[in-house]
Amino acid sequence: MHKYKILEKIAIADIAFEAYGKDYNELFENSAQAIFEMAVDIKTLKNKIKKEISLEAETIENLLYDFLSEILFLKDAEQLIFLKCRVKIEKKVNKKILLKAEFFGDLINPETQKLENDIKAITMHMFRIENFKEGYKATVVVDI
Amino acid sequence: MERNFEKPKDIKRISDVIWEIPPSYKKGMLVPARIYATKKLLDEMDAGVFNQVTNVACLPGIQKYSFCMPDGHWGYGFPIGGVAAFDSETGIISPGGIGFDINCGMRLITTNLTFKEVKPKMRELVDTMFKLVPSGVGSKGFVEIERGGFKELIEEGSKWCVRKGYGWKDDIERTEGYGRIDWADQTKVSEKAITRGMNQLGTLGSGNHYLEIQVAHAHNISDFETAKKFGIHTEDQAVIMVHCGSRGFGHQIGTDYLRIFEGTMKKYGIEVYDRELACAPFQSKEGQDYYKAMACAANMAFANRQVILHRIREGFSKVFKTDAEKLEMNLVYDVAHNIAKLEEHIVDGEKKKLVVHRKGSTRSFPPNHPELSKLYRETGQPVIVGGSMETGSYLLVGTQKAMDETFGSTCHGSGRTMSRAQAKREVRGEQLQKDMEKRGIYVKANSMSGLAEEAGMAYKDINEVIESVHQAGISKKVCALRPYGNIKG
Repeated sequence: MHKYKILEKIAIADIAFEAYGKDYNELFENSAQAIFEMAVDIKTLKNKIKKEISLEAETIENLLYDFLSEILFLKDAEQLIFLKCRVKIEKKVNKKILLKAEFFGDLINPETQKLENDIKAITMHMFRIENFKEGYKATVVVDI
Repeated sequence: MERNFEKPKDIKRISDVIWEIPPSYKKGMLVPARIYATKKLLDEMDAGVFNQVTNVACLPGIQKYSFCMPDGHWGYGFPIGGVAAFDSETGIISPGGIGFDINCGMRLITTNLTFKEVKPKMRELVDTMFKLVPSGVGSKGFVEIERGGFKELIEEGSKWCVRKGYGWKDDIERTEGYGRIDWADQTKVSEKAITRGMNQLGTLGSGNHYLEIQVAHAHNISDFETAKKFGIHTEDQAVIMVHCGSRGFGHQIGTDYLRIFEGTMKKYGIEVYDRELACAPFQSKEGQDYYKAMACAANMAFANRQVILHRIREGFSKVFKTDAEKLEMNLVYDVAHNIAKLEEHIVDGEKKKLVVHRKGSTRSFPPNHPELSKLYRETGQPVIVGGSMETGSYLLVGTQKAMDETFGSTCHGSGRTMSRAQAKREVRGEQLQKDMEKRGIYVKANSMSGLAEEAGMAYKDINEVIESVHQAGISKKVCALRPYGNIKG
């Protein structure tokens, strides 16, 4: 199973992708991977900083939206970009879904890193999580 | 609700450049959709445009028509090139009708230099600007600003910049809405948005954003009289064009409110075809909060382009070893092309207050419009249309016909026609840079793949786009501007 696939014929000025995962943890990690690899050639990025976050939302789709939006927030607010992440999602008692994630990467440095797209936002256009035979599939369109 | 991606079969020809899709096309359409384009551009439009422009036609309170301009293409929520006006009492406001890059816009600056004078210094000018105006992923601006200062800035816009010495007094008069939207309220903005954007004042961003040195060649001027009034008076005069927006600050406000609106749609009993069209009644608390927060982002964008103008003046002054005043580096105008505004328009013979959404569309106000500064009362509003870095851009002027037909709106750019991935497969950034240099365009970019994505072939023919709006009369050609030096974000 691929981690993600770029969908070319959708919202042509922006970038659309599908990400896959056997469970929600992997689906979230692979969706984040698509975002990381749009921003930088990860081969040029060192694993020097670990950033931990926790989030909660009412639905799994909103949780994914907030999670991917958080990556963009950290890029601008803390100048952080990442090459991989680990995600743990669990149900909470009050029906909200809780996420804990660890991001691994470095501070932005155009001298040593091959930087690519400065993603503006995660859109809700066609945004969804679906079941498919090998687990889950997410469709995401990002604003470039 | 079901999706409909079919290209409509029953598009009605209204004129050579206006096409109408009737409400029978889709369940829930309250008004027809109208596309302004030549037949060629209409035939080349992707199916996403027809789907999106008709989705917008279903939103509560929409007036007259849901419009798409000739540079239109498949976006998210509204199509890019989308224009829609909603009744301010019964209608909605939607972040998806504005875009995340709130008040993304264009700025055009004149000089008294000629092509002959700038040509030998083009490399030095572009290299200097590249250093002075940061661009690319996560770039920070040079203005040191505290949280409190930033909160003032987002309520004051360009006026804050001029007050702090980043501009000339009359820059304000030469900016849409005098560079400040006065219903901005910083208490409606999240602390997160402020944290994300406060260090980015004076930065370009990436994607299709740019800073370009262009020339108004005499043979490209269609209306000499208006060009002169806009400050283009010398043969082969050099000008500078900037395209950028509200950076991470605006992007975060869009993100925050999209989530808020998603949660309130049920409360107001609104259903939409696309989640990105999430909206709230304009008069609701959520609608008003967004309108005030959006205005803060719009003010940040005006300020961002104002600080960039200040840096451009510094750069030219350094390279030509003389004052920017002596180089007559006047702002022609600054226009927003991603915004919603409360405006007065005539509907069925009656004056009405409408919430006009322009997403990838420029305001095109006519002569004597009360919202124009006295500088442009006689001519009408300058309309700045940014093309691709290879093919050039345009300066147009606003018209009464735009007021009568399209809520005072026209096109904003040339419009993308090829996906980013396809452009990268067909063009290599390094090769494109060399080829452009051979053709006399010196371009400096942060990312070579980003450069390839912005190749001229990825865009529609700008001349055809301009021909559409000129022929329709919703703005008139003043002059075409040819690029010679470009900084790509």
